[in-house]
Amino acid sequence: MNEKPEKLIDKKGLRLDGRKPDELRPVKLQVDVITNADGSAYIEQGKNKILAGVYGPREVHPKHLALQDRTVLKCRYHMAPFSVQERKSPAPSRREVELSKVIRESLEPAIFMEYYPRTMIDVYVEVLQADGGTRCASITAAALALADSGVPMRDLVVACAAGKVDDTIVLDLMDTEDKVGSADVPVALMPNLNAVTLLQMDGILSLEEFESAVNLAIEGCKQIYTMQKEALKTKYVSVKEENKEENKEEAEE
Amino acid sequence: MASVMTRVKQKQIAELVANEKRLDNRKLSDYRETKLEQGIIERAEGSARVLLGKTEVVVGIKIEMGEPFADTPNEGVLTVNAELVPLASPRFEPGPPDENSIELARIVDRGIRESKAIDTAKLVIEPGKKVFVVFVDVYVLNHDGNLIDASALAAVAALMNTKMANYEIKDGEVKIKTGYQQLPIKKHPITVTCARIGDKLVVDPLLEEEQVMDARISIAIDDDDNICAIQKGGSGYFEPKQVFEAAKIAKEKANQIRKKLNW
Repeated sequence: MNEKPEKLIDKKGLRLDGRKPDELRPVKLQVDVITNADGSAYIEQGKNKILAGVYGPREVHPKHLALQDRTVLKCRYHMAPFSVQERKSPAPSRREVELSKVIRESLEPAIFMEYYPRTMIDVYVEVLQADGGTRCASITAAALALADSGVPMRDLVVACAAGKVDDTIVLDLMDTEDKVGSADVPVALMPNLNAVTLLQMDGILSLEEFESAVNLAIEGCKQIYTMQKEALKTKYVSVKEENKEENKEEAEE
Repeated sequence: MASVMTRVKQKQIAELVANEKRLDNRKLSDYRETKLEQGIIERAEGSARVLLGKTEVVVGIKIEMGEPFADTPNEGVLTVNAELVPLASPRFEPGPPDENSIELARIVDRGIRESKAIDTAKLVIEPGKKVFVVFVDVYVLNHDGNLIDASALAAVAALMNTKMANYEIKDGEVKIKTGYQQLPIKKHPITVTCARIGDKLVVDPLLEEEQVMDARISIAIDDDDNICAIQKGGSGYFEPKQVFEAAKIAKEKANQIRKKLNW
């Protein structure tokens, strides 16, 4: 068993992993990581390692779920049995069913659902390693995977949590802070539209603390948003470069 | 199809709400009439029925002895389950719990757990080995909107009404004695749900309002005016300022309900 640390913030005001209260964990984002998928993305945030893959728009299965005026978005959030300390049964838990629902509802506002009637878009999220804040990292990756698939979107969706540990409002809680801390507020945002698409909270916060936690989480979202756009650019700039090279070679021939 | 009816209603409800009116003539910030009855199921250790307008929820509490979780050897166990009983709505079907009933159960659970409503330390019989397990079963009997608030209220009411067996430990064996003791309750969280329709927030949405809403937000408030749980639902979004407005509404409404119930 992990021992509970006595203090989550030291005398210098730094956290267990040396971060300042308003500092994100290192984030690494990559798109187009699964060749079979129509869109895919990979995220590392702290020790979180999460893959998202998108299939569709494609035929609805089972057929009776089809909608005449828009596409059906399906989402499956799943944790690998080896992603946590104690092996997790691969069967979907109640937590995973709930998270699949809130992740789907966080992505839906971003997609032009009405462009693809009678179809289905599947979003699959696999948590390979969990380190606190997996739902947020999953949303960040899933939105990137959707963008990578080419589905028209109003904005990217990006998520980040804020919370309270040792009476301090902190950004992007890692595993221990999430478990031992006094509150956790995951937020998903479409930054350009100033729209909150996921909001949950557990723990105890006053109304004032809640406001500052949400505002801090939004700041975190905006930082990750820049990295999301960068990840998309990196892929498509490299594709463009490749095409250039090819064109040059052809011209030389 | 429900969606056809919803299109027609959508316009009507949206226009009403834009003019600060509602289908049942309530103000946007009004709760429906709430009726609460406790102890309605004698076989259960605790029970309550809540009527929120036409929405009806019964919660029954059963208590059994069981093992504590490995990471909390000195605490009793809370388990919340919700059944969207098929007789309650044409949309409910028999079968294993779907995502809606799982979400409902988990929202009710979070409100009780995070507010520390139950003094779980007092449910320990033998640390690490034997504790009382509290089963909260939410039974939705009629669905006319806002199942979350009705279920959360009925759950806390039922817990307040719960009695558990007296026991003694003799030669390492647990013996049940006659008489009962009250389940130790420390806090009384109250959950308030707002739906966003257009750019307005509507408190305690009706089923028809839920069918046309952009999104909903449910906020649980504890006895000290703190927020202890939040869940956004629905396929739409909120602006940050609407979230903060919803929190203020929740605090105000929770206080009104608390005063009325004398909790």
